[in-house]
Amino acid sequence: MIQMLGWTGAISQLLEIVLALALAPLLTGWVNQCRAWLQNKSAPPLLQPYYLLHKLFNKESVVAEHASPLFRATPYIVFGCMALACSIIPTLSTDLPLTLAADAIALVGLFALARVFISLAAMDIGTSFGTLGARREMLIGFLAEPALLMVFFCASLISQSTSLATIVETLAHRELAIYPSLAFAGVAFIIVSLAENARVPVDNPATHLELTMIHEALILEYSGRHLALIEWAASLKLFAYSCAGLALFVPWGVAEAQAPLEMLLALPELLLKLAVGGAALAVLETLSAKMRIFRVPEFLATAFLLAVIGLLVHILLES
Amino acid sequence: MGIETDFTRWLLLDWAMVLVMAWLLIGGAGVWALRRFELVSHVLFPLGGAVGAVLSGVGVAALFTPPQVAVLAIGLPTLPFHLRLDALSAYFLMVIGATAAGVSAFAAGYFRHGEGTPPGLMCLQYHVFLASMAGVVLADDAYAFMVMWETMALSSFFLVTSNHRVAEIRRAGYLYLLVAHVGAIGILMCFGVLQANTGDYSFANMRAQQLSPFWASVAFGLALFGFGAKAGLLPLHIWLPEAHPAAPSPVSALMSAVMLKIAIYGLLRVLLDLQSVQLWWWGVVLLAFGLATALFGVVFAAVQSDMKRLLAYSSIENIGLLAAGIGLAVVFAAYSMKALAALALTASLVHVASHALFKSLLFLSTGSVLHATGERNLGKLGGLMRTMPWVAWATLVGVIASAGLPPSSGFVAEWLLLQSFLFTPGLPNPFLNMLIPVAAALIALVAALAGYTMVKFFGIIFLGRPREPRLAQAHDANTWQRGGMAWLLLGNVLLGLLPIQFIQLVDPVTRQLVGDGLGPTVAAHGWLLAPTTIERASYGPVIFLVGVAASFGLAFALVRWLYHGRIRRAAPWDCGFPWQTARMQDTAEGFGQPIRQIFEPFFHMQRELPSPFDTKPRYKVVVEDHFWAVLYWPIVDAVFRVARLIGLLQQGRIAVYLLFSFVTLIALLVVVQQ
Repeated sequence: MIQMLGWTGAISQLLEIVLALALAPLLTGWVNQCRAWLQNKSAPPLLQPYYLLHKLFNKESVVAEHASPLFRATPYIVFGCMALACSIIPTLSTDLPLTLAADAIALVGLFALARVFISLAAMDIGTSFGTLGARREMLIGFLAEPALLMVFFCASLISQSTSLATIVETLAHRELAIYPSLAFAGVAFIIVSLAENARVPVDNPATHLELTMIHEALILEYSGRHLALIEWAASLKLFAYSCAGLALFVPWGVAEAQAPLEMLLALPELLLKLAVGGAALAVLETLSAKMRIFRVPEFLATAFLLAVIGLLVHILLES
Repeated sequence: MGIETDFTRWLLLDWAMVLVMAWLLIGGAGVWALRRFELVSHVLFPLGGAVGAVLSGVGVAALFTPPQVAVLAIGLPTLPFHLRLDALSAYFLMVIGATAAGVSAFAAGYFRHGEGTPPGLMCLQYHVFLASMAGVVLADDAYAFMVMWETMALSSFFLVTSNHRVAEIRRAGYLYLLVAHVGAIGILMCFGVLQANTGDYSFANMRAQQLSPFWASVAFGLALFGFGAKAGLLPLHIWLPEAHPAAPSPVSALMSAVMLKIAIYGLLRVLLDLQSVQLWWWGVVLLAFGLATALFGVVFAAVQSDMKRLLAYSSIENIGLLAAGIGLAVVFAAYSMKALAALALTASLVHVASHALFKSLLFLSTGSVLHATGERNLGKLGGLMRTMPWVAWATLVGVIASAGLPPSSGFVAEWLLLQSFLFTPGLPNPFLNMLIPVAAALIALVAALAGYTMVKFFGIIFLGRPREPRLAQAHDANTWQRGGMAWLLLGNVLLGLLPIQFIQLVDPVTRQLVGDGLGPTVAAHGWLLAPTTIERASYGPVIFLVGVAASFGLAFALVRWLYHGRIRRAAPWDCGFPWQTARMQDTAEGFGQPIRQIFEPFFHMQRELPSPFDTKPRYKVVVEDHFWAVLYWPIVDAVFRVARLIGLLQQGRIAVYLLFSFVTLIALLVVVQQ
């Protein structure tokens, strides 16, 4: 079913990486545009994130005098983690050689690795905002990470596998089978994605008000190409989460190893799904208000419990 | 029995004994060179480290040879020492030796003139400690086991109290000694049950006994109590956070990384080797205690502000995870699901090695920080990455492993453990099937909290700006210390990247204990670690690392090629706030505050908050665990009450004592008359 090194595998892998890198800022731009429309504002251009990246790459990087090499290496590490994350989630095809190197648990670990590095980099300069951001990011992380893992576990119990390719293939082939556990897992996944991508009920990507921000506080000291890489990585993270959500809950249309030509069809389907998903995200963000930081643990604990209930439901009803 | 003079015909067990003797001799040489500091630190300690490295080699070789036994003509006249080197003991010998090699090299550059115990005496205690740990895993009868076990407890007690002029350290030492001995009673009684009234205390006899389920369960309970006290399972963990900060850093490293594992060895030996049959609920009990311990440990680690206490609580967490893994293995073994038992056991054994390597590395780095700054309090450290880059980068590797992040060794252990949990729905017991997802969720939570704790540990010590002016003069570790840490660092990296090769070493152990092993399965997939089939789950740490590194490198090169690599150094931005001082950074208490708030019921907290009108505002928060208030202080009170009652007998007047003798005599006469 899965070959280690085939030509089709290598091509689909390469295509997937390039596609993720190229499309991720577009998804961010699309979500921003939808949100602006919903809030009766005039929207920035769809390609605004690309202009921003270009502008930032052109600027010189200003780094604090006493910043350590860790601070300068972190944007590349975070970018590398997110690029790898995007390349192991089956979006177009399940025939990906790299999926074998990292399963669902390793994917969660990859997000955690990026989070730990960006938090450490925020603490490196020694400003009060940096440490504040790091603390809050880790606070969100330690609740979101197990919840995300439980969501993946729901799916892996159904497919008897933690390999992302096998999960997607199994879920895409179910015919008229209903999994109540996936409903619980789906709600949990949405909550986790909102928190992990610094979206509205948890964090506000549009604000720069110090006391409410998390993600912005973390990256306050970055500028120029470092900031560009981090912004790009944030887009990639949103893209990865969206694709993981699509792969788990609407997996139809992903090409499989036996049918490489399906990839031609998979691309427009993916674009359509992402467009709908992005618009839904904008609606969710518009409808909810940002919550106080100490309400966030309760919010995420709900997600964690929902995912665990999903697991129990699977064992009670589906096995 | 004549002594074989041809070295080539020596058994591996002979070599192991020679190496243990070598440790004892090095210790003896320390007494001879009591105050010759140079000799002790730069000759004897490195020699001990070399012995450790050879011993770990012997351990590796012994993994692939059939069990070897020996009977030593020491001990009681009718009860000589039985020794046995099988796969389980070989594995732990390997861990002891490899960790000791790094720690000894570090110790060569650590101990300084005029601190506590004279260097020679320290050398004796240190090497006796090492030798006794190796002795415990080699012992093949209860008598030898207990002698070695007690030697281990006593030598480590003296090591903990090496700075015995500080009252706090003496208290920590006595607490440790007390818990160690209470635990030892449990182990002794456990062996008493296992020999089933035959009067033969050799392990071979215990293996042959078929105990009734009741007595087998009694033995299990006693073993859990006895070994749990040494390992730090809840609620017998209280000595750990006191003893580890009190001991010198290399000693804390050995105690945390190796000695706790010896307790795990004991648990494995009794549960899976000496007991022929396992009951499934033992596994559940172990799982429950393990998970409670792990969650408790990590939550407390997150709120500590003393760096060594933080690591001690983190060790409690890891011991909890180990116990949970062993519990799962026992459940599978009880249902004769050998392959799954082997998977869970492999996860635990990999965790043993991984924790030994990263925790010793972290403790050693706290030692270097302590030497460079004289400070254990996180709130007074900071910014050491600039002055101690070497230690900082080494610690970062340990921190990543401790947080269980890929591609480190800690992640391999966590990954295997979660995989074995995901296999459980095959169990023939619906109750267990319900329980297991909850357990897996708790393990995921613990792992994520460990990440929080480790970010706090590393970030507050090494990153940011120095919170005290004198930290600017901190010096990096010396050559010996670097050597020791580099050895452990290398071990960590290799274990993280080559789990498949390492599982080949674990394979004989799981075959011995549960009758199956992962070796051939994982060897079939080249660079991918796949515990069953590749469709089911696979993880390739090398490919993973290459993937991240390649994206890193490509991004780095492309940005420079397409744009530029200009950089300008300036003052930190910080939203344009110019009056930023180093004291405005988060302290350890600040960083732990969300955890204190979320897990409030876990803590016994006393807070003093300043009011706005205080002339000298003072903020104080003391976090204790409930076990002191709920369990230990009542026991202490009861002991004192009983002591006072007994004290009533002590009148101090000779007439009263004569009266006691007289009454006793009369009473005895009455009894004898009838």
